[in-house]
Amino acid sequence: MERRILHADFNGFYASVECLLHPELRESPVAVAGDPESRHGIILAKNEYAKKFKIKTGEAIWQARQKCPNLVVVKPTFGEYLKFSKLGRQIYSEYSDRVEAFGLDENWIDLTASTDDFEEAERIAEEIRFRIKDELGITVSIGLANNKIFAKLGSDMKKPDALTVITPDNYRDLVWNLPASDLLYVGRSTGAKLFQRGIVTIGDIAQTDPKLLKSWLGKGGLMLHSFANGLDSSEVMHTVDSNPIKSVGNGVTAPRDLVDNDDVRLTFMMLCESVSARLRNSGFRARTVQICVRDCELYWFVRQKKLDSPSFLTDELLKGAMELFMANYDWYRPIRSLTIAGCDLIPLDAPEQLTLFNDAQMRERRERAEYTIDGIRGRFGYNSVLRALMLTDKRIGLMNPKEEHIIFPVGYRA
Amino acid sequence: MKKYVAVDVYIDEDGALHPVCVHWDDGRRFEVQTVIEARRAASLKAGGTGIRYRCLICGQERFLYYEDPKWFVDVK
Repeated sequence: MERRILHADFNGFYASVECLLHPELRESPVAVAGDPESRHGIILAKNEYAKKFKIKTGEAIWQARQKCPNLVVVKPTFGEYLKFSKLGRQIYSEYSDRVEAFGLDENWIDLTASTDDFEEAERIAEEIRFRIKDELGITVSIGLANNKIFAKLGSDMKKPDALTVITPDNYRDLVWNLPASDLLYVGRSTGAKLFQRGIVTIGDIAQTDPKLLKSWLGKGGLMLHSFANGLDSSEVMHTVDSNPIKSVGNGVTAPRDLVDNDDVRLTFMMLCESVSARLRNSGFRARTVQICVRDCELYWFVRQKKLDSPSFLTDELLKGAMELFMANYDWYRPIRSLTIAGCDLIPLDAPEQLTLFNDAQMRERRERAEYTIDGIRGRFGYNSVLRALMLTDKRIGLMNPKEEHIIFPVGYRA
Repeated sequence: MKKYVAVDVYIDEDGALHPVCVHWDDGRRFEVQTVIEARRAASLKAGGTGIRYRCLICGQERFLYYEDPKWFVDVK
């Protein structure tokens, strides 16, 4: 049976919410950006006026100001964005039990079971578009197609406040002329590899022999081939009130560049404390630790490794993170930001394989100590108990990332 | 312009809210004669979204918004 899937994407989400809440901003070019004082000063979203000045998400505030001296820059209010994101999902959920979020501002909605044909799905898409504008005061662009990939491409085609329908009859005209980089998973590196081989558009990918794509890009090549031909069969996930946790992570852009291993150890220690506390809070141990390192030129990489045994202990996460870091970084440039995550989670009550070389009683005592520290911090504040290491550089050591709003990007196939 | 106001509310046995009286900051009170309609709606004028109560107040139709937990109206 042919599926009918919507992809709904809030237009300039953060900026739209700010413009709704602050009517006096609406006639000006507006961008939402992080705090330049703590080096988070990049553009997170912009409104339609700012778009006319070619302001791009991800560029620095000073770059944006060069293009548009009158740009109004506002700080993000994440609590409001979460609220609007939830309200949007409530509306989508009235039409389907399959609503899958992709970040705060994007959702897939599977209408296959709730509609009889494409026309009906189109009518519902228009209704959703109208309701978002009427009830939330912001706009949404929607793509309708028989698979998630084309639906997502469709929502990007007409903006703001529009619907694009991609059918088996028109996808060659609509999708195949788009640049390859518009396709999910074609990033900088894959895009360059394809470009070298003369693959420029999505149509080029679709018409290339999948075996060739596989030889260039590995298994990912086959996936891109099916994406480009509209053959992606992945389902829209069921709505759940709280998504099952797949990993617990935290990252910071440091207030100054990190220049040696001691800086990195201190930053990782601070992050590990937060990740380990959140693992305990959520009732998990992590089997794998993952780090992401971004240098001052914004080049970045991700590495991960299995831990000796599942853990939520700060020291064990830190040990894993430092081993990964030492094995993969040779200090060709100072570091701007670090992220650590515990993944491959198992519940706290899962049976554990003991080893001969690990003192289980000692570990248990250390686990109890960490719970105690959580308790003390819960009652008297984060800074009431600190490791001495944290005081070696207070600007880094005394950040409290657990309470900062950090929203992580989500993977399509996590 | 958005103006937050104090509102007397009657909560029925199902938990539904029924605004009864709006208190203006200069001490005036405006009785809500009827609620004609209640649904979620955005107010572009005031800047926000909430459950919008279309009310009859002093014989005129007025919008009163419930922006959990506060109430607001849009004023000129």
